[in-house]
Amino acid sequence: MSAPSPSRAADASRAIMLRYGADHAGFRAAVRALVAQGVSPDRVVWRMAAAAESTAEAGSVDLFGTAAPAAAPADAPPLSLPRAVANLVDLVLCHRDPTRFALLYTLISRVLHGERQLADNPADPLVHRLGHMAKAVRRDIHKMHAFVRFKVRGSENGRERYLAWFEPEHFILEAAAPFFRTRFPAMDWAILTPLGTVGWNGDALAFGPPASRPPLPEGDGFEEGWLAYYASAFNPARANPAMMRNEMPRKYWPNLPEARIIPALLETAPARVAEMLAREAAAPRKRDPERAVAAMARQAPANLEELNAVIASTPPFVAGGTCAVLGEGPLNPRLALVGEQPGDQEDEAGRPFVGPAGQLLMKALGEAGLTREAVYLTNAVKHFKFVQRGKRRLHQKPTAGEVKHYRWWLEKELDFVRPRLVVALGGTAALALTGKALAVTRERGPHRLGAHDGYVTFHPSYLLRLPDEAARREAYAALVADLATAKALAA
Amino acid sequence: MDDTLRTKLGILADAAKYDASCASSGARGRRAEKDGIGSTTGMGICHSYTPDGRCVSLLKILLTNYCLFDCAYCINRRSSNVRRARFSVEEVVAITLGFYKRNYIEGLFLSSGIIRSPDYTMEQMMLVARRLRQDHGFAGYIHLKAIPEASPWLVEQAGLWADRLSVNVELASDISLKALAPEKDAPRIKATMGQMRERIAEARGEKRRFAPAGQSTQMIVGADATTDASVLETSAGLYGGYGLKRVYYSAFSPIPEASRVLPVKPAPLRRENRLYQADWLLRFYGFTVDEIAAGGADGMLDLDIDPKLAWALKHREQFPVDVNAADREALLRVPGLGARAVDRILRARRQTRLRLDDVARLSTGVRRARAFLITADHHPLKLTDRADLRERLAPPARQLELFA
Repeated sequence: MSAPSPSRAADASRAIMLRYGADHAGFRAAVRALVAQGVSPDRVVWRMAAAAESTAEAGSVDLFGTAAPAAAPADAPPLSLPRAVANLVDLVLCHRDPTRFALLYTLISRVLHGERQLADNPADPLVHRLGHMAKAVRRDIHKMHAFVRFKVRGSENGRERYLAWFEPEHFILEAAAPFFRTRFPAMDWAILTPLGTVGWNGDALAFGPPASRPPLPEGDGFEEGWLAYYASAFNPARANPAMMRNEMPRKYWPNLPEARIIPALLETAPARVAEMLAREAAAPRKRDPERAVAAMARQAPANLEELNAVIASTPPFVAGGTCAVLGEGPLNPRLALVGEQPGDQEDEAGRPFVGPAGQLLMKALGEAGLTREAVYLTNAVKHFKFVQRGKRRLHQKPTAGEVKHYRWWLEKELDFVRPRLVVALGGTAALALTGKALAVTRERGPHRLGAHDGYVTFHPSYLLRLPDEAARREAYAALVADLATAKALAA
Repeated sequence: MDDTLRTKLGILADAAKYDASCASSGARGRRAEKDGIGSTTGMGICHSYTPDGRCVSLLKILLTNYCLFDCAYCINRRSSNVRRARFSVEEVVAITLGFYKRNYIEGLFLSSGIIRSPDYTMEQMMLVARRLRQDHGFAGYIHLKAIPEASPWLVEQAGLWADRLSVNVELASDISLKALAPEKDAPRIKATMGQMRERIAEARGEKRRFAPAGQSTQMIVGADATTDASVLETSAGLYGGYGLKRVYYSAFSPIPEASRVLPVKPAPLRRENRLYQADWLLRFYGFTVDEIAAGGADGMLDLDIDPKLAWALKHREQFPVDVNAADREALLRVPGLGARAVDRILRARRQTRLRLDDVARLSTGVRRARAFLITADHHPLKLTDRADLRERLAPPARQLELFA
């Protein structure tokens, strides 16, 4: 590549040779040079190297005996093109049409000479034409994502290896490949095409020169299964081959295993439909639905043990939670106390209210004339939601949506326990019981909680978090008083 | 994959094909970890097309086609003599992964007949989704059919694994549902949809993943006497009341082992097509159900022409509209102009006064649109009011293209 000759006039013809395929870098460099020299589009002849030459040096080749630089002069100002133009260039360069370079350079030229908004006018014939080309390229990329069919060819070092042969219409391999890397990171795969190849080994995409159709591994059982699936998914009563070809043109058929059976499916369709219509509605064979339907009605847990078994076997709805901490206490108690969620120690012990907040609650219960054994204890959320920080598991407040995931269980649980009064300890419990957020400090006291007579008070952990000793004492007294009132209400 | 499994796959794919939904769209971009598999794109991908012109995007199968229910319109109802089969959880997982790795599918759409109990069935379906996600790092698309008769806490879990959930309302009329699907209960279906709607909205607000692609439903058309207007009324209610992403319409089509209580004649496919077009008008073109219904007669859509043209022919006083001056709402009502074309028109006319040739470059429907449009060089004059306009614009009889 030589420097531009300062003596040459801007109207001399230029021949630009680009690499085979979608040569983005070469095209950009050439355009910068041409723009810097003020070469008008009708003075440029664009060529693309043949596939075989693509590994040889391309870039700029002089066809007319004058030097035609592809690299912009060092002082050429960078081109600033509107995003819409840049996007169009990126796509259209992948197109197979040899006129694409000239059309794009014409577009760029017009944009730089007063028609800055040109690409935003889809009614302009040039923009319209380029738009069509871009659309064809996008469609080809999309169809490649859809119609590549991998065949398995064994495995190596624990990684399965797959191979595909595909025939794209345009130079889209580099644009289409990242999709496969994202989708199949743990497989080794290669896609061979007449326009180039790409492979993935878990580390990087590797592109190679055009290939010819390789011998492909025999279809394994899955390919046969796929054909069976395809045949079954077809509804013969709705045969519409034109619509199918519209979306899956024949040019793709040779590399689609399922396309082999299309003719047979279409041929037999009319007879299958005629047979369906002719067949009399058959009398049902004798079955015994009543028993089955009756069995169905019994699916709901019949008692607290069955419900607890369901809860225990369900994975948590919150992050963390190693095990479900179930409620405990007598059936038909005066009071059922509903907390927020188990904490670190509850999660370890598998029992509610055994941590610091639980101990405080037990103390308050005692002062209110109650015992742990006399009340039913449970939580709105059955799992410990936490984030790990070093060795510590930090409590996370459940979101409203998470609390609601657990609501159905709490409702069912209280249906079985049948307390006279439900005490919501804190806002989360109230939310779980009523479905609505509620300000505890303002609404402490008797409160209808869903289907239950209820009472709203502080959660004991709230007291632990109060920084000021006096405030803590005051809140504790209120908690004891609330528990005593609730006990009296439930008498 | 051995012969037995392949035979089961044939039966259980056949049994699932009457569900119209095939979309793999709406899931926000997700990608597998380094040792996992799969990704979702916003748009979804159709990996193949069957000779009925329908897209194959998801592996659409039933876990089993044994069923305790007796819904007359369903090929799998308990009184049907159809061949039965049942997959194990592991089998579905294996087929899904095997197909996915060969790039046959975008993911799994799993539904099932009700066996043992709705809870048991729902649990088995969820187990498939959970195994795929947890044991195999599967990040592809999963659509689960929720069973409204199952306990509500199961629906809460389904959304943790699935991209999309759906419950079929089956029939637009609750009375028809009672008659044709005796075990189903319309209020219960709606309650489940309401429950899913709440959870989906909460999770979105809290940036958690719960059925990120939303919920959809399906209605069967032509198995009862419900009019198109009532069907659309139901759809409008579902879109508005339950935040559905899609309502699918399935023209009742002849099924092997048909029930005796059903009409012998299948509903015309074109009816389904017109309903989809009307559905689009409801969602993207600012039409109301009443306006759409007014284009037809007796609550039924005009089968020969699309519902927008039908409406325009009966409201000619609103035309022609000036392509260079009319607002978006007015342009959207012009027959032949789709939403995309309208957006292109709005962009182009900022730079130039549009002529008829320009419009032809922006819209493929200019043949129909020209009778309703004024451009810089064209006025339809009396064309808009000609008595034979309908005949001039109605498409010639041809093979119907579904979902065109």
